[in-house]
Amino acid sequence: MTALVAIRNLTRIFDVSKPWLNRVLERRPRALLTAVSDVSFEIPERKVYALVGESGSGKSTIGKMVVGLLQPTEGSVEVQGVDLSRETDQARIEAVRSDIQMIFQDPFASLNPRWKVRDIVAEPVAAKGGNTHGLAERLLEQVGLSALDAGKFPHEFSGGQRQRICIARALASEPRLIVCDEPTSALDVSVQAQVLNLMSDLKDEFGLTYLFISHDLTVVQHMADTIGVLYLGRLVEEASPDALFDDPKHPYSQMLLAAAPKMDGFGREVDPPKGEIPDPINPPSGCAFHPRCPIAVDRCRSERPELRAIRGTRVACHLAQ
Amino acid sequence: MTPPVLSVRDLVVDIPTRDTTLRPVDQVSYDIAEGEILGVVGESGAGKSMTGNAVIGLLDRPAHISGGEILLNDRRIDNLPYEQMRRVRGKEIGMVFQDPLTSLNPLLPIGDQLTETMLEHLGIDRGEAQERAIAALEEVGIPAARERINSYPHEFSGGMRQRVVIALALCAEPSLVIADEPTTALDVSVQAQIIALLKRLCRERGTAVMLVTHDMGVIAEAADRVAVMYAGRLAELGPVRDVLTAPHHPYTDGLMGSTPLASKGKHRLHQIPGAMPRLGDLPDGCAFNPRCPKAQDRCRANPTPTLADCNGRAACWYPLRTDDAHDMRIASA
Repeated sequence: MTALVAIRNLTRIFDVSKPWLNRVLERRPRALLTAVSDVSFEIPERKVYALVGESGSGKSTIGKMVVGLLQPTEGSVEVQGVDLSRETDQARIEAVRSDIQMIFQDPFASLNPRWKVRDIVAEPVAAKGGNTHGLAERLLEQVGLSALDAGKFPHEFSGGQRQRICIARALASEPRLIVCDEPTSALDVSVQAQVLNLMSDLKDEFGLTYLFISHDLTVVQHMADTIGVLYLGRLVEEASPDALFDDPKHPYSQMLLAAAPKMDGFGREVDPPKGEIPDPINPPSGCAFHPRCPIAVDRCRSERPELRAIRGTRVACHLAQ
Repeated sequence: MTPPVLSVRDLVVDIPTRDTTLRPVDQVSYDIAEGEILGVVGESGAGKSMTGNAVIGLLDRPAHISGGEILLNDRRIDNLPYEQMRRVRGKEIGMVFQDPLTSLNPLLPIGDQLTETMLEHLGIDRGEAQERAIAALEEVGIPAARERINSYPHEFSGGMRQRVVIALALCAEPSLVIADEPTTALDVSVQAQIIALLKRLCRERGTAVMLVTHDMGVIAEAADRVAVMYAGRLAELGPVRDVLTAPHHPYTDGLMGSTPLASKGKHRLHQIPGAMPRLGDLPDGCAFNPRCPKAQDRCRANPTPTLADCNGRAACWYPLRTDDAHDMRIASA
């Protein structure tokens, strides 16, 4: 099995300094926010790779770098062997770009309210001068809407229907990889179920690969073939859903899973996690999780752990076994 | 038996519009006892928040209560004049909303906001209010409360802000707290902290809580009883374990099936076909009948039953289970 996407040592640093004059007058140093720090993973073809983490863990930043909306500061994203930020052959870039599409969280903000659904759905093909005759109608039926909906405007649809339109648009250019950034977070449970089922069906039908970004552990467990857990821009654990949920190895994964509300946890008294995610401008030394970690030792404060393979999972912890 | 802290009887909320009158809350009845947490679940537009807002008298015009009554500690509060209701809010009912940033005044230090509430409702002097505010902040787990009492809301993180809001809701020692999606804007680990805090404080003080949320996991862990709402009506009401593991109403069953369950692994999620009807065009008969797998002629002909029409548990003519079957399931388990 070949990897469709290979991400190597990916790092993204944002400059969040105050303006130059303020820095001089107030004697403030430059403030650099490391959103993603040295992340490496691969997504095999026709698989679902899920990134989970809390806000500020860098999951959306990785998604944006994969589709090319942001440039990596260091490291590379290769899709089908092409590094989009370094490749100079325009033809190869174009070929790869049309293989990547994205679905966003908010279906209200990601559809142009002044365009008819037909134009929205066909846009990825129309932008490249392709033949769009009947395309929107066909795609709308594939995502469970009616061909007649092509003549309507986005405001005539509910949230779940709009997300279906977004999915139809993502399918228009016949992509191989779809980056889904919290695709169901804005939807109600029963509508979420409809959209998740649709995404599973389409994956089988078209042989799609998903990079699935979510903060919802139950959704990720349901959808993913492999899960990567992010903390403060670092990949702390990568495992199959069964391995992660049955036997989380990184202390952060353990904390996150214990904290997640359980449907059968009636009257469960959880010992809530302590502390909050640290400031990414001044991350802790060594392992980023050590200030909140119950088992941290001196080595954790000084030395950043590398990802190690332990029984089929990869864990970035000195002490995990 | 002591009377319930909050008793809502056949509550009806109407919104008159130009052509018609919409009814976002229809014949809703429930009680909340002292120290009890009642979870209210449902999808967007089910009327959960509208019910909460009706109880605290904060319905946005033109919405108004057009039927039923609301009793707080045996006193009717749905027909109180504005000024009297203002005294009830804050003193007897505390509120926690979804977004902590919009429920705090960004221009006032948090200490001033806490003391203002106490000065208004408790009749104590400023010095004592200040001490109590510090104690309240310490109780909700804000480190270095004495130094941070003069901080502004923007200086706190989302989780810390929600703690401040909880301190604010509880500082006048109300007998009822209405928490409307208190953790929806927060991360998983912070959500666990906030839910644990709410549970602990309410148990210690015997405060009744109405916890409005769409997250079934939060309900399972925090609530004692749960009310499931659909299209403005109560679909099901009962002890949380019974409702979630052995639902009587087909809607509750569908809702549970469509939640990706932690233990089930790879399977297709159960889908409830269609979407919740808009208030303007509710179907004839039971509001759920077009989506219901068990709908029969009676469901299409008769209006949605109330809980009282049925067995008091599920508002359905053909519940999935009766209590006998449930008792047998418990016995065999």
